[in-house]
Amino acid sequence: MSDTQVWTPSEHELARRSVRRRQRVRSTVIATVMTVAVLGLVVAGLLSSPGWPRVKEYFFSPEAARESWRAVLEAMWLNVRLFVLCEIGILALGLLIAVARTTRSAWLAPVRVVAVVYTDVVRGIPTILLITMFGFGIPALQLQGLTNDRVVWAGVALVVSYSAYVSEVFRSGIESVHPSQVASARALGLSEGRILRHVVVPQAVRRIVPPLLNDFVSLQKDTALVSVLGVLDGVFWATNYANYNFNYTPMVVVAIYFIVLTVPLARLTDHLQKRVVERERAGAR
Amino acid sequence: MSEPLLRVRGLRKAYGERVVLDGVDLDVATGEVVCLIGASGSGKSTLLRCLNLLDQVDDGTIELEGREITDPKVDPRSVRRRMGMVFQAYNLFPHLTVLQNCTLAPRRAHRVGRREAEARARELLTRFGLGEHVDAHPDRLSGGQQQRAAVVRALCTRPTLLLLDEVTAALDPELVGEVLGILRELAAQGTTMVLATHEISFARDVASTVVFLDDGRVCEQGPPAQVLVDPVQERTRAFLKRVL
Repeated sequence: MSDTQVWTPSEHELARRSVRRRQRVRSTVIATVMTVAVLGLVVAGLLSSPGWPRVKEYFFSPEAARESWRAVLEAMWLNVRLFVLCEIGILALGLLIAVARTTRSAWLAPVRVVAVVYTDVVRGIPTILLITMFGFGIPALQLQGLTNDRVVWAGVALVVSYSAYVSEVFRSGIESVHPSQVASARALGLSEGRILRHVVVPQAVRRIVPPLLNDFVSLQKDTALVSVLGVLDGVFWATNYANYNFNYTPMVVVAIYFIVLTVPLARLTDHLQKRVVERERAGAR
Repeated sequence: MSEPLLRVRGLRKAYGERVVLDGVDLDVATGEVVCLIGASGSGKSTLLRCLNLLDQVDDGTIELEGREITDPKVDPRSVRRRMGMVFQAYNLFPHLTVLQNCTLAPRRAHRVGRREAEARARELLTRFGLGEHVDAHPDRLSGGQQQRAAVVRALCTRPTLLLLDEVTAALDPELVGEVLGILRELAAQGTTMVLATHEISFARDVASTVVFLDDGRVCEQGPPAQVLVDPVQERTRAFLKRVL
């Protein structure tokens, strides 16, 4: 067993490796050529379309981009803050609702009903309406001791809307954990709450990372909906610019910023997920 | 001796630093039943997985009917279509009925028509005492029934070689017999099998060759009457003393 240092691959194995290497190179070449060819066709089609010069002027004007990128970036900062704070609230509330729906105790029946109704109703309402209702409606109530900041209420609306979606993601994760896991935790004498906390939810979360990320990315983009309240975020700034200058380039700039925000997040979660899988499934057959 | 069905030479497999198989040689002739015995971690399962190309070998060769299947140019699917494999944990698909489990590969990998695949599966299932469970989902069955269904699933593609990885290890003692029974029947019909097993008495009755693996090497191999009754190697004797 301990002759790892002594062992040298045989001629045959070396030949095999070089074949595998060649196969890898070949598939990389095919992948690259195909990608370049397809993208090239798309770009060529775009550039040769009759309206391209005008589209280029209105959407891809270098001057407008130079003029706007810094201001758009500053306005986008609001979207980023909104996203981060809302996400925390959404995860907490979403998990809470999901757990409420999976409880079995008779005493908690009203909680279950509330959770079900909440998800059904909230999911049915378009996010843009929720934001408008919260952003304009709640300050109009003139409630004592509550802020009238429309950004805050827009954030609350996002939390309400997304927690309904996210709770369903959590619930599907919780229900995918095999009953034998719950049985063995029960057999160890754990209470139902502890079983959820230490056995079920940790396993559920691992499985739902991709759909959760889906909702995160969606949320990042939906922070742009606060612009309907006249709050100065990236999208509102770009719309304003378009109205005054008749040039839509800042919108493209905003789009690029959104992509730059979401792609690293996606890669990071992929990476984390892969590490967990490797650690927990090493040698799984 | 004529060309063996399966010829393994100098097989090596390591997971990172840990060498699991080290210079394993093995010949399996058509109709032979080869039992791999050895302690947990001796490399029995890994050897089977390498034979089925589920794991990539690090050195050495495996030939099936004289053709090297460890050649990277060989399509592993074409090899696997000729072998059946049964796992310790059954690995039946829980979302399919027993019959669907058994017709999936014939229909989708071997392009057998639905009617023929079902007839073949029903016949085998009935023969192995599962006739009344064809439309049940696997989780409804007992462990022994599930494992028998898994054996049938592997047989439905009419494999040239059947690989079985400790197929009774997860079963209750009283259910072990029913699975070993069908393996005996298959052996009697001349099915070529390579099986990793802890059932020494089964190996003694059914095996044509017993291979004792120790620390990833073939320590001793030969007919059961020799390896299991009068072993040459000290390590084999120590192992048998522990398990018998």
